Amino acid sequence: MSKLKSSSSELDLDRPNIEDYLPSGSIQEPHGKLCLRDLLDISPTLTEAAGAIVDDSFTRCFKSIPPEPWNWNIYLFPLWCMGVLVRYLVLFPLRVIVLTVGWIIFLSCYIPVHFLLKGHDKLRKKLERCLVELICSFFVASWTGVVKYHGPRPSIRPKQVFVANHTSMIDFIILEQMTAFAVIMQKHPGWVGLLQSTILESVGSIWFNRSEAKDREIVARRLREHIEGADNNPLLIFPEGTCVNNHYTVMFKKGAFELGCTVCPVAIKYNKVFVDAFWNSRKQSFTMHLLQLMTSWAVVCDVWYLEPQNLKPGETPIEFAERVRDIISVRAGLKKVPWDGYLKYSRPSPKHRERKQQGFAESVLRRLEEI
Amino acid sequence: MGNASSTLTQYDIEEVQRHCNNLFSQQEIVSLYQRFCQLDRNAKGFISADEFLSVPEFAMNPLSQRLLKMVDGLNFKDFVAFLSAFSAKASLAQKVEVIFKVYDSDCNGKVTFNDMIQVLQDLAGSFMSDQQREEVLGQVLHEAGYTKESVLLLDDFIKVFDHANLKMEVEVPVD
Repeated sequence: MSKLKSSSSELDLDRPNIEDYLPSGSIQEPHGKLCLRDLLDISPTLTEAAGAIVDDSFTRCFKSIPPEPWNWNIYLFPLWCMGVLVRYLVLFPLRVIVLTVGWIIFLSCYIPVHFLLKGHDKLRKKLERCLVELICSFFVASWTGVVKYHGPRPSIRPKQVFVANHTSMIDFIILEQMTAFAVIMQKHPGWVGLLQSTILESVGSIWFNRSEAKDREIVARRLREHIEGADNNPLLIFPEGTCVNNHYTVMFKKGAFELGCTVCPVAIKYNKVFVDAFWNSRKQSFTMHLLQLMTSWAVVCDVWYLEPQNLKPGETPIEFAERVRDIISVRAGLKKVPWDGYLKYSRPSPKHRERKQQGFAESVLRRLEEI
Repeated sequence: MGNASSTLTQYDIEEVQRHCNNLFSQQEIVSLYQRFCQLDRNAKGFISADEFLSVPEFAMNPLSQRLLKMVDGLNFKDFVAFLSAFSAKASLAQKVEVIFKVYDSDCNGKVTFNDMIQVLQDLAGSFMSDQQREEVLGQVLHEAGYTKESVLLLDDFIKVFDHANLKMEVEVPVD
Protein backbone atom coordinates (compact mmCIF):
# COMPACT_ATOMS: atom_id res chain seq x y z
CA MET A 1 0.00 0.00 0.00
CA SER A 2 1.69 3.21 -1.12
CA LYS A 3 1.75 5.86 1.55
CA LEU A 4 0.78 9.41 0.70
CA LYS A 5 2.19 11.93 3.11
CA SER A 6 -0.13 13.83 5.37
CA SER A 7 -0.46 17.37 4.07
CA SER A 8 2.18 19.66 5.54
CA SER A 9 1.23 21.97 8.34
CA GLU A 10 1.53 24.93 5.99
CA LEU A 11 -1.43 23.70 4.01
CA ASP A 12 -3.49 23.54 7.22
CA LEU A 13 -3.34 27.29 7.54
CA ASP A 14 -4.93 27.65 4.15
CA ARG A 15 -8.35 26.48 4.98
CA PRO A 16 -11.15 27.84 7.12
CA ASN A 17 -12.95 25.61 9.55
CA ILE A 18 -14.20 22.53 7.70
CA GLU A 19 -16.45 21.63 10.60
CA ASP A 20 -18.60 24.64 9.71
CA TYR A 21 -19.46 23.00 6.42
CA LEU A 22 -19.56 19.29 7.16
CA PRO A 23 -22.79 17.72 8.35
CA SER A 24 -22.44 17.69 12.09
CA GLY A 25 -25.97 16.54 12.76
CA SER A 26 -24.53 13.35 14.16
CA ILE A 27 -23.08 15.22 17.10
CA GLN A 28 -26.34 15.39 19.02
CA GLU A 29 -25.81 16.61 22.53
CA PRO A 30 -26.92 13.71 24.68
CA HIS A 31 -27.52 14.36 28.30
CA GLY A 32 -28.44 12.50 31.36
CA LYS A 33 -26.74 9.65 33.05
CA LEU A 34 -24.12 7.86 31.01
CA CYS A 35 -25.01 4.23 30.44
CA LEU A 36 -23.40 1.29 28.63
CA ARG A 37 -25.51 1.83 25.54
CA ASP A 38 -24.28 5.40 25.15
CA LEU A 39 -20.70 4.29 25.26
CA LEU A 40 -21.16 1.35 22.92
CA ASP A 41 -23.25 3.32 20.47
CA ILE A 42 -20.80 4.18 17.72
CA SER A 43 -23.59 4.54 15.17
CA PRO A 44 -23.12 8.29 14.48
CA THR A 45 -19.43 7.83 13.63
CA LEU A 46 -20.15 4.66 11.65
CA THR A 47 -22.89 6.39 9.71
CA GLU A 48 -20.57 9.24 8.80
CA ALA A 49 -17.98 6.78 7.54
CA ALA A 50 -20.51 4.74 5.57
CA GLY A 51 -21.95 7.96 4.18
CA ALA A 52 -18.49 8.97 2.99
CA ILE A 53 -18.05 5.57 1.31
CA VAL A 54 -21.35 5.89 -0.51
CA ASP A 55 -20.98 9.49 -1.63
CA ASP A 56 -18.75 12.36 -0.70
CA SER A 57 -18.53 15.94 -1.80
CA PHE A 58 -14.81 15.82 -2.53
CA THR A 59 -14.86 13.04 -5.13
CA ARG A 60 -17.87 14.67 -6.74
CA CYS A 61 -15.71 17.68 -7.67
CA PHE A 62 -13.49 15.58 -9.88
CA LYS A 63 -16.05 13.34 -11.48
CA SER A 64 -16.49 13.84 -15.20
CA ILE A 65 -20.24 13.58 -15.53
CA PRO A 66 -20.85 11.97 -18.91
CA PRO A 67 -23.68 13.41 -20.98
CA GLU A 68 -26.83 11.36 -21.55
CA PRO A 69 -26.25 9.13 -24.56
CA TRP A 70 -28.77 10.21 -27.14
CA ASN A 71 -27.70 8.02 -30.03
CA TRP A 72 -29.45 4.84 -28.93
CA ASN A 73 -32.30 5.15 -31.35
CA ILE A 74 -32.44 3.76 -34.92
CA TYR A 75 -33.17 7.24 -36.25
CA LEU A 76 -30.66 9.09 -34.12
CA PHE A 77 -27.82 6.63 -34.48
CA PRO A 78 -27.11 7.27 -38.19
CA LEU A 79 -27.27 10.99 -37.44
CA TRP A 80 -24.73 10.55 -34.71
CA CYS A 81 -22.52 8.50 -37.03
CA MET A 82 -22.62 11.26 -39.61
CA GLY A 83 -21.72 13.70 -36.89
CA VAL A 84 -18.72 11.57 -35.93
CA LEU A 85 -17.58 11.46 -39.53
CA VAL A 86 -17.92 15.21 -39.89
CA ARG A 87 -16.10 15.85 -36.64
CA TYR A 88 -13.21 13.48 -37.27
CA LEU A 89 -12.80 13.67 -41.03
CA VAL A 90 -13.77 17.25 -41.80
CA LEU A 91 -13.49 19.44 -38.73
CA PHE A 92 -10.45 17.80 -37.21
CA PRO A 93 -8.17 18.09 -40.28
CA LEU A 94 -9.33 21.68 -40.81
CA ARG A 95 -8.51 22.49 -37.22
CA VAL A 96 -5.12 20.86 -37.41
CA ILE A 97 -4.39 22.98 -40.48
CA VAL A 98 -5.52 26.14 -38.68
CA LEU A 99 -3.33 25.31 -35.71
CA THR A 100 -0.31 24.49 -37.87
CA VAL A 101 -0.68 27.73 -39.82
CA GLY A 102 -0.97 29.57 -36.54
CA TRP A 103 2.21 28.00 -35.19
CA ILE A 104 4.13 28.77 -38.37
CA ILE A 105 3.11 32.42 -38.27
CA PHE A 106 3.79 32.61 -34.56
CA LEU A 107 7.22 31.01 -34.65
CA SER A 108 8.34 32.94 -37.70
CA CYS A 109 7.53 36.18 -35.91
CA TYR A 110 8.43 35.22 -32.37
CA ILE A 111 11.90 33.82 -32.93
CA PRO A 112 13.21 36.88 -34.79
CA VAL A 113 11.57 39.26 -32.31
CA HIS A 114 12.97 37.34 -29.35
CA PHE A 115 16.53 37.23 -30.58
CA LEU A 116 16.93 40.33 -32.72
CA LEU A 117 15.27 42.78 -30.37
CA LYS A 118 17.28 41.68 -27.34
CA GLY A 119 18.37 45.23 -26.66
CA HIS A 120 15.01 46.91 -27.09
CA ASP A 121 13.17 45.35 -24.18
CA LYS A 122 10.08 47.50 -24.17
CA LEU A 123 9.34 46.96 -27.83
CA ARG A 124 10.20 43.28 -27.58
CA LYS A 125 7.86 42.75 -24.68
CA LYS A 126 5.04 44.51 -26.45
CA LEU A 127 5.48 42.43 -29.59
CA GLU A 128 5.81 39.19 -27.64
CA ARG A 129 2.61 39.99 -25.78
CA CYS A 130 0.75 40.43 -29.07
CA LEU A 131 2.23 37.26 -30.46
CA VAL A 132 1.25 35.19 -27.42
CA GLU A 133 -2.28 36.54 -27.68
CA LEU A 134 -2.20 35.58 -31.33
CA ILE A 135 -1.17 31.97 -30.82
CA CYS A 136 -3.79 31.58 -28.12
CA SER A 137 -6.41 32.86 -30.52
CA PHE A 138 -5.28 30.21 -32.98
CA PHE A 139 -5.61 27.56 -30.29
CA VAL A 140 -9.09 28.73 -29.45
CA ALA A 141 -10.00 28.72 -33.14
CA SER A 142 -8.71 25.18 -33.42
CA TRP A 143 -11.42 24.03 -31.03
CA THR A 144 -13.99 26.31 -32.60
CA GLY A 145 -14.02 28.19 -29.36
CA VAL A 146 -16.97 30.49 -28.86
CA VAL A 147 -16.07 32.64 -25.91
CA LYS A 148 -18.31 35.38 -24.62
CA TYR A 149 -16.42 37.90 -22.53
CA HIS A 150 -18.42 39.97 -20.08
CA GLY A 151 -17.16 42.91 -18.12
CA PRO A 152 -14.30 45.36 -18.52
CA ARG A 153 -11.10 44.05 -20.07
CA PRO A 154 -8.14 43.67 -17.71
CA SER A 155 -5.70 46.56 -17.73
CA ILE A 156 -1.97 46.46 -17.11
CA ARG A 157 -1.46 48.03 -13.71
CA PRO A 158 0.80 47.18 -10.84
CA LYS A 159 -0.55 45.90 -7.53
CA GLN A 160 -3.26 43.71 -8.92
CA VAL A 161 -3.75 39.99 -9.49
CA PHE A 162 -6.44 38.09 -11.32
CA VAL A 163 -7.95 34.95 -9.88
CA ALA A 164 -10.16 32.47 -11.71
CA ASN A 165 -11.77 29.10 -11.15
CA HIS A 166 -9.93 26.24 -12.83
CA THR A 167 -11.37 23.53 -15.04
CA SER A 168 -8.58 22.73 -17.44
CA MET A 169 -5.35 24.22 -18.70
CA ILE A 170 -7.35 25.66 -21.57
CA ASP A 171 -8.75 28.20 -19.08
CA PHE A 172 -5.42 29.89 -19.33
CA ILE A 173 -5.44 29.89 -23.14
CA ILE A 174 -8.95 31.29 -23.27
CA LEU A 175 -8.06 34.14 -20.96
CA GLU A 176 -4.69 34.68 -22.59
CA GLN A 177 -6.12 35.35 -26.03
CA MET A 178 -7.75 38.49 -24.68
CA THR A 179 -4.93 39.68 -22.42
CA ALA A 180 -1.36 38.47 -22.15
CA PHE A 181 -1.34 37.41 -18.52
CA ALA A 182 1.65 36.18 -16.63
CA VAL A 183 0.70 32.94 -15.02
CA ILE A 184 1.72 30.82 -12.09
CA MET A 185 1.59 27.15 -12.96
CA GLN A 186 2.81 23.71 -12.05
CA LYS A 187 5.72 22.75 -14.27
CA HIS A 188 4.62 19.96 -16.59
CA PRO A 189 6.70 17.40 -18.43
CA GLY A 190 6.75 16.89 -22.17
CA TRP A 191 5.88 19.39 -24.85
CA VAL A 192 3.81 21.46 -22.46
CA GLY A 193 6.88 21.93 -20.29
CA LEU A 194 8.83 23.04 -23.32
CA LEU A 195 6.23 25.66 -24.16
CA GLN A 196 6.22 26.75 -20.55
CA SER A 197 9.97 27.28 -20.40
CA THR A 198 10.18 29.13 -23.66
CA ILE A 199 7.13 31.11 -24.58
CA LEU A 200 5.47 31.52 -21.23
CA GLU A 201 8.75 32.64 -19.69
CA SER A 202 8.60 35.66 -21.94
CA VAL A 203 5.28 36.82 -20.52
CA GLY A 204 6.78 36.54 -17.08
CA SER A 205 5.47 33.30 -15.62
CA ILE A 206 6.26 31.72 -12.29
CA TRP A 207 6.65 27.98 -11.74
CA PHE A 208 5.94 26.00 -8.64
CA ASN A 209 6.26 22.41 -7.58
CA ARG A 210 3.36 21.00 -5.60
CA SER A 211 5.38 18.33 -3.90
CA GLU A 212 7.93 20.67 -2.37
CA ALA A 213 6.90 22.22 0.91
CA LYS A 214 9.68 24.86 0.97
CA ASP A 215 8.62 25.93 -2.50
CA ARG A 216 5.78 28.01 -1.09
CA GLU A 217 8.04 30.64 0.45
CA ILE A 218 10.04 31.04 -2.73
CA VAL A 219 6.89 31.30 -4.81
CA ALA A 220 5.31 33.80 -2.41
CA ARG A 221 8.38 35.99 -2.71
CA ARG A 222 8.37 35.84 -6.50
CA LEU A 223 4.68 36.70 -6.55
CA ARG A 224 5.34 39.79 -4.49
CA GLU A 225 8.20 40.84 -6.72
CA HIS A 226 6.09 40.41 -9.80
CA ILE A 227 3.16 42.55 -8.76
CA GLU A 228 5.46 45.37 -7.69
CA GLY A 229 6.80 45.78 -11.22
CA ALA A 230 4.82 48.32 -13.22
CA ASP A 231 5.92 46.79 -16.47
CA ASN A 232 5.06 43.21 -15.75
CA ASN A 233 2.08 41.55 -17.32
CA PRO A 234 -0.94 41.19 -15.02
CA LEU A 235 -0.66 38.02 -12.99
CA LEU A 236 -3.25 35.29 -13.32
CA ILE A 237 -3.62 32.83 -10.46
CA PHE A 238 -5.85 29.77 -10.13
CA PRO A 239 -6.21 29.61 -6.36
CA GLU A 240 -7.95 26.22 -6.38
CA GLY A 241 -4.58 24.71 -7.23
CA THR A 242 -6.09 21.91 -9.30
CA CYS A 243 -8.62 21.30 -12.06
CA VAL A 244 -12.20 20.91 -10.88
CA ASN A 245 -15.12 19.71 -12.97
CA ASN A 246 -16.83 23.11 -13.50
CA HIS A 247 -19.78 22.21 -11.25
CA TYR A 248 -18.05 22.92 -7.96
CA THR A 249 -15.32 25.09 -6.53
CA VAL A 250 -12.86 23.78 -3.98
CA MET A 251 -11.22 25.99 -1.42
CA PHE A 252 -9.03 28.82 -2.57
CA LYS A 253 -5.48 28.89 -1.33
CA LYS A 254 -4.80 32.08 0.53
CA GLY A 255 -1.47 32.79 -1.24
CA ALA A 256 -3.02 35.13 -3.78
CA PHE A 257 -4.98 36.98 -1.13
CA GLU A 258 -2.24 37.98 1.24
CA LEU A 259 -0.13 39.93 -1.23
CA GLY A 260 -1.64 43.22 -0.18
CA CYS A 261 -2.98 44.08 -3.61
CA THR A 262 -6.29 44.26 -5.45
CA VAL A 263 -7.78 40.94 -6.46
CA CYS A 264 -9.83 40.87 -9.67
CA PRO A 265 -12.05 37.78 -9.84
CA VAL A 266 -12.68 36.10 -13.16
CA ALA A 267 -15.40 33.46 -13.49
CA ILE A 268 -15.36 30.86 -16.28
CA LYS A 269 -18.26 28.58 -17.10
CA TYR A 270 -18.22 26.07 -19.93
CA ASN A 271 -21.33 25.00 -21.75
CA LYS A 272 -21.38 21.23 -21.48
CA VAL A 273 -23.81 20.73 -24.35
CA PHE A 274 -20.93 21.14 -26.77
CA VAL A 275 -18.10 19.50 -24.90
CA ASP A 276 -17.10 18.75 -21.34
CA ALA A 277 -14.00 20.87 -20.95
CA PHE A 278 -13.02 19.38 -17.60
CA TRP A 279 -9.49 18.04 -17.78
CA ASN A 280 -9.41 14.99 -15.54
CA SER A 281 -5.64 14.86 -15.23
CA ARG A 282 -5.85 11.48 -13.56
CA LYS A 283 -7.60 9.98 -16.55
CA GLN A 284 -6.13 11.83 -19.55
CA SER A 285 -2.92 13.41 -20.62
CA PHE A 286 -3.15 17.00 -21.81
CA THR A 287 -2.51 15.89 -25.39
CA MET A 288 -5.47 13.51 -25.29
CA HIS A 289 -7.54 16.26 -23.74
CA LEU A 290 -6.67 18.65 -26.57
CA LEU A 291 -7.44 16.00 -29.16
CA GLN A 292 -10.78 15.41 -27.51
CA LEU A 293 -11.54 19.11 -27.77
CA MET A 294 -10.44 19.25 -31.38
CA THR A 295 -12.78 16.42 -32.32
CA SER A 296 -15.81 17.92 -30.63
CA TRP A 297 -18.23 20.36 -32.11
CA ALA A 298 -17.17 23.44 -30.21
CA VAL A 299 -15.92 24.80 -26.92
CA VAL A 300 -18.48 27.29 -25.72
CA CYS A 301 -17.91 29.25 -22.59
CA ASP A 302 -18.62 32.46 -20.74
CA VAL A 303 -15.95 34.54 -19.09
CA TRP A 304 -16.94 37.20 -16.60
CA TYR A 305 -14.45 39.81 -15.45
CA LEU A 306 -15.84 40.79 -12.07
CA GLU A 307 -15.42 43.82 -9.86
CA PRO A 308 -11.96 44.10 -8.28
CA GLN A 309 -11.91 43.35 -4.57
CA ASN A 310 -9.70 44.55 -1.77
CA LEU A 311 -9.04 43.17 1.67
CA LYS A 312 -11.65 44.69 3.96
CA PRO A 313 -10.47 46.09 7.29
CA GLY A 314 -10.51 43.33 9.89
CA GLU A 315 -10.73 40.58 7.28
CA THR A 316 -8.19 37.76 7.28
CA PRO A 317 -6.73 36.55 3.97
CA ILE A 318 -8.64 33.29 4.36
CA GLU A 319 -11.94 35.15 4.77
CA PHE A 320 -11.01 37.31 1.80
CA ALA A 321 -10.32 34.18 -0.27
CA GLU A 322 -13.69 32.71 0.70
CA ARG A 323 -15.46 35.93 -0.14
CA VAL A 324 -13.91 36.04 -3.61
CA ARG A 325 -14.68 32.34 -4.09
CA ASP A 326 -18.27 33.12 -3.24
CA ILE A 327 -18.39 35.91 -5.84
CA ILE A 328 -16.96 33.65 -8.53
CA SER A 329 -19.14 30.66 -7.62
CA VAL A 330 -22.32 32.69 -7.68
CA ARG A 331 -21.49 34.25 -11.02
CA ALA A 332 -20.57 30.97 -12.69
CA GLY A 333 -23.28 28.91 -11.01
CA LEU A 334 -20.89 26.61 -9.16
CA LYS A 335 -21.41 24.94 -5.80
CA LYS A 336 -18.86 25.45 -3.08
CA VAL A 337 -17.27 22.57 -1.20
CA PRO A 338 -15.02 22.95 1.83
CA TRP A 339 -12.20 20.78 0.60
CA ASP A 340 -8.63 21.66 -0.24
CA GLY A 341 -7.92 20.67 -3.83
CA TYR A 342 -4.56 19.26 -2.79
CA LEU A 343 -6.37 16.43 -0.98
CA LYS A 344 -6.27 14.85 -4.41
CA TYR A 345 -2.60 14.24 -3.77
CA SER A 346 -2.32 13.87 -0.01
CA ARG A 347 -4.25 12.77 3.06
CA PRO A 348 -6.19 15.16 5.28
CA SER A 349 -4.27 16.37 8.29
CA PRO A 350 -4.87 14.54 11.60
CA LYS A 351 -6.17 17.82 13.04
CA HIS A 352 -9.71 17.10 11.80
CA ARG A 353 -9.87 13.69 13.34
CA GLU A 354 -8.49 15.12 16.56
CA ARG A 355 -11.24 17.71 16.66
CA LYS A 356 -13.89 14.98 16.45
CA GLN A 357 -12.11 12.99 19.13
CA GLN A 358 -11.95 15.99 21.38
CA GLY A 359 -15.68 16.60 20.97
CA PHE A 360 -16.47 13.02 21.87
CA ALA A 361 -14.13 12.89 24.86
CA GLU A 362 -15.45 16.13 26.31
CA SER A 363 -19.03 14.99 25.93
CA VAL A 364 -18.37 11.69 27.71
CA LEU A 365 -16.40 13.28 30.54
CA ARG A 366 -19.04 15.93 31.01
CA ARG A 367 -21.79 13.35 31.32
CA LEU A 368 -19.68 11.38 33.75
CA GLU A 369 -19.72 14.32 36.07
CA GLU A 370 -23.47 14.58 35.85
CA ILE A 371 -23.88 11.23 37.55
CA MET B 1 -16.52 6.43 -19.53
CA GLY B 2 -19.18 3.88 -20.15
CA ASN B 3 -22.71 3.69 -18.87
CA ALA B 4 -22.25 1.62 -15.71
CA SER B 5 -25.47 -0.35 -15.87
CA SER B 6 -24.47 -1.76 -19.24
CA THR B 7 -21.67 -3.67 -17.52
CA LEU B 8 -24.02 -4.89 -14.82
CA THR B 9 -26.67 -7.24 -16.17
CA GLN B 10 -30.11 -7.78 -14.69
CA TYR B 11 -28.92 -11.17 -13.43
CA ASP B 12 -25.99 -9.56 -11.64
CA ILE B 13 -28.24 -6.98 -10.01
CA GLU B 14 -30.63 -9.65 -8.80
CA GLU B 15 -27.82 -11.78 -7.45
CA VAL B 16 -26.39 -8.85 -5.51
CA GLN B 17 -29.86 -8.01 -4.26
CA ARG B 18 -30.33 -11.56 -2.96
CA HIS B 19 -26.92 -11.44 -1.31
CA CYS B 20 -27.87 -8.34 0.64
CA ASN B 21 -31.27 -9.73 1.57
CA ASN B 22 -33.18 -7.26 -0.59
CA LEU B 23 -32.19 -4.35 1.61
CA PHE B 24 -31.34 -2.21 -1.39
CA SER B 25 -33.51 -1.50 -4.39
CA GLN B 26 -32.19 -2.33 -7.84
CA GLN B 27 -31.65 1.35 -8.60
CA GLU B 28 -29.63 1.75 -5.43
CA ILE B 29 -27.48 -1.21 -6.42
CA VAL B 30 -26.80 0.40 -9.80
CA SER B 31 -25.80 3.64 -8.06
CA LEU B 32 -23.57 1.73 -5.65
CA TYR B 33 -21.95 0.03 -8.61
CA GLN B 34 -21.18 3.39 -10.20
CA ARG B 35 -19.68 4.50 -6.90
CA PHE B 36 -17.71 1.26 -6.59
CA CYS B 37 -16.25 1.74 -10.08
CA GLN B 38 -15.44 5.34 -9.28
CA LEU B 39 -13.47 4.36 -6.17
CA ASP B 40 -11.86 1.31 -7.77
CA ARG B 41 -9.56 3.29 -10.02
CA ASN B 42 -7.94 0.54 -12.03
CA ALA B 43 -10.93 -1.78 -12.31
CA LYS B 44 -9.39 -4.50 -10.16
CA GLY B 45 -12.76 -5.69 -8.91
CA PHE B 46 -12.17 -4.49 -5.36
CA ILE B 47 -11.34 -1.22 -3.63
CA SER B 48 -7.97 -1.07 -1.91
CA ALA B 49 -7.41 0.59 1.47
CA ASP B 50 -5.55 3.42 -0.21
CA GLU B 51 -8.49 4.16 -2.47
CA PHE B 52 -10.86 4.29 0.50
CA LEU B 53 -8.50 6.67 2.23
CA SER B 54 -8.49 8.95 -0.80
CA VAL B 55 -11.98 10.01 0.29
CA PRO B 56 -11.08 12.77 2.76
CA GLU B 57 -14.33 12.45 4.75
CA PHE B 58 -13.58 8.77 5.33
CA ALA B 59 -9.91 9.31 6.15
CA MET B 60 -10.87 11.86 8.81
CA ASN B 61 -13.23 9.46 10.57
CA PRO B 62 -11.89 8.18 13.91
CA LEU B 63 -13.02 4.63 13.13
CA SER B 64 -11.59 4.57 9.63
CA GLN B 65 -8.84 2.05 10.40
CA ARG B 66 -11.28 -0.42 11.96
CA LEU B 67 -13.70 -0.08 9.08
CA LEU B 68 -10.89 -0.46 6.59
CA LYS B 69 -10.17 -3.92 7.97
CA MET B 70 -13.78 -4.82 7.26
CA VAL B 71 -14.09 -3.33 3.78
CA ASP B 72 -10.60 -3.64 2.36
CA GLY B 73 -10.52 -5.89 -0.67
CA LEU B 74 -14.22 -6.64 -0.77
CA ASN B 75 -15.73 -7.43 -4.14
CA PHE B 76 -18.87 -5.61 -5.18
CA LYS B 77 -21.29 -8.18 -3.78
CA ASP B 78 -19.72 -8.13 -0.33
CA PHE B 79 -19.36 -4.35 -0.50
CA VAL B 80 -23.12 -4.03 -0.94
CA ALA B 81 -23.72 -6.63 1.76
CA PHE B 82 -21.61 -4.60 4.17
CA LEU B 83 -23.44 -1.38 3.37
CA SER B 84 -26.84 -3.06 3.59
CA ALA B 85 -26.81 -2.66 7.36
CA PHE B 86 -26.99 1.07 6.73
CA SER B 87 -30.07 0.82 4.57
CA ALA B 88 -33.29 2.28 5.90
CA LYS B 89 -34.87 -1.17 5.67
CA ALA B 90 -32.26 -2.89 7.81
CA SER B 91 -33.43 -4.28 11.12
CA LEU B 92 -32.07 -3.24 14.50
CA ALA B 93 -30.41 -6.63 14.87
CA GLN B 94 -28.51 -6.15 11.61
CA LYS B 95 -27.28 -2.73 12.68
CA VAL B 96 -26.21 -4.04 16.07
CA GLU B 97 -24.35 -6.84 14.32
CA VAL B 98 -22.23 -4.33 12.40
CA ILE B 99 -21.48 -2.45 15.61
CA PHE B 100 -20.51 -5.73 17.24
CA LYS B 101 -18.20 -6.62 14.37
CA VAL B 102 -16.45 -3.26 14.66
CA TYR B 103 -15.71 -3.99 18.31
CA ASP B 104 -14.79 -7.61 17.70
CA SER B 105 -11.62 -6.85 15.77
CA ASP B 106 -10.23 -10.37 16.05
CA CYS B 107 -13.51 -11.85 14.80
CA ASN B 108 -13.81 -14.49 17.50
CA GLY B 109 -17.40 -13.62 18.37
CA LYS B 110 -16.41 -12.15 21.74
CA VAL B 111 -15.94 -8.57 22.83
CA THR B 112 -13.71 -8.12 25.85
CA PHE B 113 -13.06 -5.14 28.09
CA ASN B 114 -9.87 -4.54 26.12
CA ASP B 115 -11.73 -4.45 22.80
CA MET B 116 -14.07 -1.82 24.17
CA ILE B 117 -11.20 0.23 25.58
CA GLN B 118 -9.53 0.20 22.19
CA VAL B 119 -12.62 1.50 20.40
CA LEU B 120 -12.97 4.16 23.05
CA GLN B 121 -9.36 5.07 22.38
CA ASP B 122 -10.08 5.48 18.66
CA LEU B 123 -13.08 7.67 19.41
CA ALA B 124 -11.56 9.89 22.10
CA GLY B 125 -7.96 9.96 20.94
CA SER B 126 -5.52 11.67 23.24
CA PHE B 127 -8.28 13.66 24.92
CA MET B 128 -8.99 10.98 27.49
CA SER B 129 -6.28 9.36 29.58
CA ASP B 130 -6.02 5.58 29.93
CA GLN B 131 -7.20 5.90 33.48
CA GLN B 132 -10.26 7.93 32.53
CA ARG B 133 -11.19 5.43 29.85
CA GLU B 134 -10.96 2.47 32.19
CA GLU B 135 -12.87 4.31 34.84
CA VAL B 136 -15.73 5.33 32.57
CA LEU B 137 -16.04 1.94 30.94
CA GLY B 138 -15.74 0.08 34.21
CA GLN B 139 -18.46 2.22 35.72
CA VAL B 140 -21.03 1.82 32.96
CA LEU B 141 -20.31 -1.90 32.69
CA HIS B 142 -20.87 -2.30 36.38
CA GLU B 143 -24.17 -0.47 36.22
CA ALA B 144 -25.29 -2.70 33.37
CA GLY B 145 -24.51 -5.78 35.40
CA TYR B 146 -21.19 -6.73 33.82
CA THR B 147 -17.66 -6.69 35.16
CA LYS B 148 -14.27 -5.88 33.69
CA GLU B 149 -13.70 -9.58 33.12
CA SER B 150 -17.00 -10.04 31.29
CA VAL B 151 -16.96 -11.18 27.74
CA LEU B 152 -19.82 -9.82 25.66
CA LEU B 153 -21.39 -11.79 22.85
CA LEU B 154 -23.65 -10.57 20.05
CA ASP B 155 -26.70 -11.42 22.16
CA ASP B 156 -25.43 -9.18 24.94
CA PHE B 157 -25.07 -6.34 22.48
CA ILE B 158 -28.59 -6.93 21.20
CA LYS B 159 -29.84 -6.82 24.77
CA VAL B 160 -28.01 -3.55 25.44
CA PHE B 161 -29.48 -1.97 22.33
CA ASP B 162 -32.92 -3.37 22.91
CA HIS B 163 -35.55 -0.88 21.80
CA ALA B 164 -32.90 1.68 20.97
CA ASN B 165 -33.65 4.21 18.33
CA LEU B 166 -30.48 3.61 16.31
CA LYS B 167 -30.12 6.20 13.60
CA MET B 168 -27.75 4.41 11.32
CA GLU B 169 -28.93 5.13 7.81
CA VAL B 170 -27.14 6.18 4.70
CA GLU B 171 -28.90 7.46 1.65
CA VAL B 172 -27.72 6.12 -1.67
CA PRO B 173 -27.97 8.92 -4.24
CA VAL B 174 -30.04 7.69 -7.14
CA ASP B 175 -29.84 9.89 -10.22
